[in-house]
Amino acid sequence: MVPPSYFMGLSAVLFCIGVLGVLLRRNIIIIFMSIELMLNAVNLAFVALSRAWGNVDGQAIVFFVMTVAAAEAAVGLGIILMIFRNRETVNADEINLMRW
Amino acid sequence: MPLLPFLFLAALSIIFAAGVILQRHPVHSLLSLVLTLVVIGILFIGLDATTVGFLQMIVYAGAIMVLFLFVIWLLNLQSQPIEGGHLALKFVGALGSAALIAELLVFVLHLPPPVGHSKPLALDYGSIGKLAQGLFTDYLVAFEVTSILLLVGVVGAVALARRTTAGSAPGGAP
Repeated sequence: MVPPSYFMGLSAVLFCIGVLGVLLRRNIIIIFMSIELMLNAVNLAFVALSRAWGNVDGQAIVFFVMTVAAAEAAVGLGIILMIFRNRETVNADEINLMRW
Repeated sequence: MPLLPFLFLAALSIIFAAGVILQRHPVHSLLSLVLTLVVIGILFIGLDATTVGFLQMIVYAGAIMVLFLFVIWLLNLQSQPIEGGHLALKFVGALGSAALIAELLVFVLHLPPPVGHSKPLALDYGSIGKLAQGLFTDYLVAFEVTSILLLVGVVGAVALARRTTAGSAPGGAP
């Protein structure tokens, strides 16, 4: 029987890999994938704690996170397509119209 | 879930997650991400959350990732060296992530054990019926709002990705 804190630790590690991806990579598609990775790390924590408490609330929230991720992916990829059509780049450093 | 399979799956998921941010080609990153999501789905099933685990594999690793794949192919992205960027940013990023991970690990390792930890689970825990019971009673409002969210997402995606015809103002009606 694995204690829930192990799952929380794994979740923290995966979340930090996602944070690193957002901070270190400049390709917006990979930044976007890192965000999905962070969402999933949090899902893992939700399911582990839901199992530990023996109720189903955490799983319901994971369900909602999945729907939000689906909507976010659709809109986000639409935005990326639009940017690529106008600027011919997916490098986050070259998309600086609104940068101060 | 026994310890040994957990350690194996945990190592696998960390390796694939590192692959997401270390691969040069976006498609390889995406395949790493799909494998990470599948491994997390297996972990869900190991945690007796069977329905959510399969949903994770079908919806997340299946549908959402195919959307990513289509966009990468549509943009025809090629393999690029990992971008330079500012060295200071990289340094601060690595330092911040290390601090965050240390903080989170210290925090979770000092968590008190949950109250119902040793309680035996209900027989239908993690079944689709149990999940639906929660979704349609306690979370009914959130569930209905979700449908509006998806509708708005679809409309937004179509409005954004629509190719405006020549002669019309960009973003305006064709």
